[in-house]
Amino acid sequence: MFISCEEAHHNCDKSQYKEASFFERIKLTIHLIYCRACRKYSSKNAKLTEFIKMSRVECLDAAEKENLEAEFNKALSNK
Amino acid sequence: MSGHQINPNKWIDKYSDYLFNYTITRVSDRYVAQDLVQDTFFAGLKSMKNFKGEASERTWLISILKRKIIDHYRKTNSKKGQAEVKMNFNYDPDSEGDWLEQRVADPFDKTAEDTIENTELGMAIHNCMEKLSKKQAQVFKMKTILNYETEVICNELDITASNLWVIIHRARTALASCLEEKWL
Repeated sequence: MFISCEEAHHNCDKSQYKEASFFERIKLTIHLIYCRACRKYSSKNAKLTEFIKMSRVECLDAAEKENLEAEFNKALSNK
Repeated sequence: MSGHQINPNKWIDKYSDYLFNYTITRVSDRYVAQDLVQDTFFAGLKSMKNFKGEASERTWLISILKRKIIDHYRKTNSKKGQAEVKMNFNYDPDSEGDWLEQRVADPFDKTAEDTIENTELGMAIHNCMEKLSKKQAQVFKMKTILNYETEVICNELDITASNLWVIIHRARTALASCLEEKWL
C-alpha cells in the first residue's frame, strides 16, 4: 500500500491523462497523506493540466506538418 | 548584440506550431489556419532580403502572419456585414413572454478578457515548450495536445511505454516550473 515518491509521481502523471487504475489512484492518495513534497508535485501537475485545458492550446499533427514541409521544400528548391 | 540570423530551413521545425496556435485562436477553422501559416512562410521566403535582424525570426514571421490574418478578415467580412444587420431586428412572437430570462447576462459566460487571457496562456505554453528537448516536446505535444493514445505514440516514435512516461514526467516537471515563473 505504501509506494515510493517515484511511483507516486508516475501514478499522478497517469491520472492527469485518466490512465491511472483505481488502485494506482488509491495508493497515490495514501502517499499524499504523509508526503508533502508529492502533494506539491501533485498540485503543480494538476495546475498544468488545467492550463492546457483552459488555454485550448493547439499544434499541428504529423500529417499536417509533413504537408507543410513538403509544400515549403518545393518553394525552397524553386528559389 | 549582433543581429538575428535568418534560416528558412529550420522555420517549420521551430515556428510552425507557434504560428499555427496563434492563427487558430483567431480564425477557428483548422484548414484556413494552415493555409495562412503556409502563406506566411512563403511570403517570408520571398522577402528574406528585407529581414534586418533587429527582431527575432519569429517576431518577424508573426508580423507577416498578422497581416495575412487581417487580409483574411477583410475578405470574409464583406459577406458578414449583411447577415449581422438582419439579426438585430429579429422579432420572434413565440419568445415574447420569455424575454427576461433570455436577456439576463450569464455570469458563467466567458468574457472577452477571459478569451484574451486564454490565448496568451496558449502562447506562454508554447514558449515554455520551446525550452524542452525536441523529443520531450514531440512526445508531450502528441500525448497532451493532440491526445494520441500511448500505444500509437510508441509505435510512431519507436519507444516503449516506460520511455514515454519518463519523457512525459520530465516534460511536465519542466513545463510546470516554467509556467510558474512566466505566468501568474
